[in-house]
Amino acid sequence: MKGLKIYFWVVFALFQLNGTSQNNAEMKEIKRGAFVPLFGSDSNGVFVKDFLLDVYPVSNQEYLDFVKQYPKWQKSKVLSIFADNNYLRKWKGDTELGDLVNPKAAITNVSWYAAKDYCACQGKRLPSLDEWEYAAMASETKPNAQRDSLFNLRIIESYELPKTYKHSIGSTTYKNYWGIWDLHGLVWEWTSDFNSVLISGESRQDVDTERNLFCGSASINASNLMDYAAFMRYAFRGSIKANYGIQTLGFRCAKSNKK
Amino acid sequence: MKAITIRLSFLLAIIIGLNACGTDEKINTEETVTAEYICPMKCEGDKTYSENVGCPVCKMDLRIVENKMNEEVDENTISSGSIFNLTSKWKTQNDETIELKDLKGQVLVVVMVYTSCKAACPRLVADMRGIHEKVENKDVKYVLVSIDPETDTPEKLKAFAIENEMDNEQWVFLQGTVDDVREFSNVLAVKYKQISPIDFSHSNIITVFNPAGELHFQQEGLGVNNEEIVSEINELVQ
Repeated sequence: MKGLKIYFWVVFALFQLNGTSQNNAEMKEIKRGAFVPLFGSDSNGVFVKDFLLDVYPVSNQEYLDFVKQYPKWQKSKVLSIFADNNYLRKWKGDTELGDLVNPKAAITNVSWYAAKDYCACQGKRLPSLDEWEYAAMASETKPNAQRDSLFNLRIIESYELPKTYKHSIGSTTYKNYWGIWDLHGLVWEWTSDFNSVLISGESRQDVDTERNLFCGSASINASNLMDYAAFMRYAFRGSIKANYGIQTLGFRCAKSNKK
Repeated sequence: MKAITIRLSFLLAIIIGLNACGTDEKINTEETVTAEYICPMKCEGDKTYSENVGCPVCKMDLRIVENKMNEEVDENTISSGSIFNLTSKWKTQNDETIELKDLKGQVLVVVMVYTSCKAACPRLVADMRGIHEKVENKDVKYVLVSIDPETDTPEKLKAFAIENEMDNEQWVFLQGTVDDVREFSNVLAVKYKQISPIDFSHSNIITVFNPAGELHFQQEGLGVNNEEIVSEINELVQ
């Protein structure tokens, strides 16, 4: 009987080991709360539950370790349905970053499918759009700096800087209220439901409702007309597809808090 | 002790097998390993390269040569761009569990809707029926994927099928998990968002896949003249 007990413990330990065998990137807790995102909700806003978020975006080095372990995500082996030709474009080879790639910079040129699988392999998931926006509206001192015009101005200014995707993670931007780095100022980031941004008023007219994105006068429905940076982020999300590899688009992982 | 070791290693194997990530393990590696590359500018004519190291002449990234011969010869290989690479599991209106690749070999006409929808979906479904009426081939499958899997249970889908006179072999209604539906919508480039507990906004796109699961044609919009999509489908079934 005792033997059986030990045996279960060993199995349990192995299970733990297996689930977390990869480098487990540091995460911080984001406390639940309500906020009004730029688009996609009525005036009541949305409620975000407690969750954990990676402190840094996933780096080139971490992604390299990942493709070594999961060859199907290597540059030459990836299926075309999951990634376009720009996937890991700057890399020298399947398991080689190349001289021009900073190992400590955020991984970019990755598709949504790859990002999603990477997080799954860490026992995590991609943050939802609302979770990401919720975490990213925090300044250094406030959990919600949506109405802080200087904070918003700083974000817009950071968007103007060229080639920030080359910077090392956790060095050039700031650590926000939750202890999270680089949500603004390095790269854009994938979210699990990025394709929930429906742009209408464009030529194809293929979308049924949500007339409140970018259609000149219709954008009056947006919750905060001053938040130009958020307009840019939503516009960007509305314009991309899941198989795209983009030089300025990376990701980080999240996890539901099971407490 | 020996028995325990054996049991342990057996369990270990199971645990490794359970690892949630990397779900679609090894599909297709053989084909892709032997992939050939060609310069998109054809600097050296039709010359192919075995590794994607850039064109020696113009330094551009090489492009994979799609090996069409291979597809036709071997029915079991799934091409790199096929939706049958998705390993998600779905419930049909008859409460059967299927994978997308179970639909292999037929032309698929796919749309994403939800049954409690009052606005665009009835028109989208009408568009599907319109296409169905014009296409004579009875092997074509018409697939309706629910973007509201929490509400659209197999029973609901079945009721919807009966109500709309779509309850036969040619119509497949699918319920997946929230995650898998999101992934599938990305393959179709369909966008959707829940805007209230009962309402979604979504793109109106009807997609045609060839029997190998490769995206062949998309019709965007509501009440579009369906001549083009019908002729594309007819071309595929011939």
